[in-house]
Amino acid sequence: MMGHFDFSVIAEAWPFLLKGLVFSLELTAVGFVGGLLLGIAIALVRHLEVPIASQILGGYVTLIRSIPLIMVLFWFFFLMPLVLMWATGAPRPVQIGPVWTAFVTFTMFEAAYYAEIIRAGLKSIHKGQYGASTALGMTTWQTYRLVILPQVIRAVSPILLTQTIILFQDTSLVYVLSATDLLGAASKIAQRDSRLVEMYLTVAVVYLALCSLASQVVAVLRQRYAVPARR
Amino acid sequence: MFDVLFETVQEGEEKYGSWLLSGLGWTVALAVAGWLVAFAIGVVVGCARTSSHRPLAVAARLYVEIFRNIPIIVQMFLWYFVLPELLPEQLGSAMKKWAPPWGAFFPALVALSLYTAARVAEQVKAGIEALPYGQRSAARALGMTELNSYRLILLPQALRIVLPTLTSEVMGIFKNTSVALTIGLLELTAQARQINEFTFKTFQAFGAATLAYLALALCVFVLMHWIERALRVPGTEPPSHRRARAKQKQRVA
Repeated sequence: MMGHFDFSVIAEAWPFLLKGLVFSLELTAVGFVGGLLLGIAIALVRHLEVPIASQILGGYVTLIRSIPLIMVLFWFFFLMPLVLMWATGAPRPVQIGPVWTAFVTFTMFEAAYYAEIIRAGLKSIHKGQYGASTALGMTTWQTYRLVILPQVIRAVSPILLTQTIILFQDTSLVYVLSATDLLGAASKIAQRDSRLVEMYLTVAVVYLALCSLASQVVAVLRQRYAVPARR
Repeated sequence: MFDVLFETVQEGEEKYGSWLLSGLGWTVALAVAGWLVAFAIGVVVGCARTSSHRPLAVAARLYVEIFRNIPIIVQMFLWYFVLPELLPEQLGSAMKKWAPPWGAFFPALVALSLYTAARVAEQVKAGIEALPYGQRSAARALGMTELNSYRLILLPQALRIVLPTLTSEVMGIFKNTSVALTIGLLELTAQARQINEFTFKTFQAFGAATLAYLALALCVFVLMHWIERALRVPGTEPPSHRRARAKQKQRVA
């Protein structure tokens, strides 16, 4: 059983796995930054009830949140070349490969989830805050940038961080595009050397360690920086 | 618009639409079976998380940490590829020879159930902790065993509180069934991909599957909303409903 579990296989594969892990982390970082910025924009458009745009974005958020990430990855993998062909006027679809597909997909996918979190935060802000900002002579842009958003981000930051841990786990799904993230790297070695047990157990342990650590950090932050209950 | 679904597969009577329907069937079967198991385990583990019996609470915490912090696709690989290698020779090779779809369905079911159960457990725990501590004390003061105080006092209230958040977990398990295509189960997404590979009609194949997922999400939403209403304790409806009804009465009067 565990008798022929070979640690040297893991040691040998480690540099390649580490490269995969770095890609997973890059994907998480891009998804977080891009998704959050886009998500804030979507949430603001919907919160301000901009005509037409808010309905379209509402539909987008509902659509993305109702279908599996793998489906979204397939969509973007096929759509992106066509969109680029149309945008650049190229004669044939522009292939961008799995890595760029992954970056674009995760940004667009996470934006829908972050937008809902931010929107829930916006709803929790007391109405008087807007009135007070107007009374101080602030423009709408200043009100949101200086008064509303800082409170929203602080209030929902534990949920945002938890969502980001889920995002990190979800990056493993780029396996379906044959991209070389942590899992992709492990599966390539697993198949080449038929070392499935060592490779997949290693991946599981790495994810378990990183995600447990991250969720402990979130729990500590939540306690330390919690906004005291108002009422 | 979706005419590819009514085209027949090369040299046969079968239509591509029947591939998609069969995929839909596997998706629903996996999600429903997975949810039943996940809910049962999740409630038990969620109660154990808040138990006063220390070892039980620690074991439940450990369960949640492990199954929530490993990506679902990795868990599926562990059950599908790794488990047969770790089992005794005969059992392992029997598992490997187990023909699809069941040979892929059961590892996927186990992985999805245990993963979702960890998430349900956290919701149930939050629901129990949202109750006033006096509920627990009162149950004990009445001489109830811990098991009975959970069964009769704490859970009926806690589950009602977390019902809305459980809706998103149910939707989640429907979406996560698509991960089973990586171990060879021909569910909805896999069938859409297969139709695309046969016909190159990408928009129709993926569009039809996307609409099917939207319909499933809508069904889950309606069903959970109905359950929520049916289980509501009379007189505890949300204030917005009450206000609407009061307004209606005014108008009638």
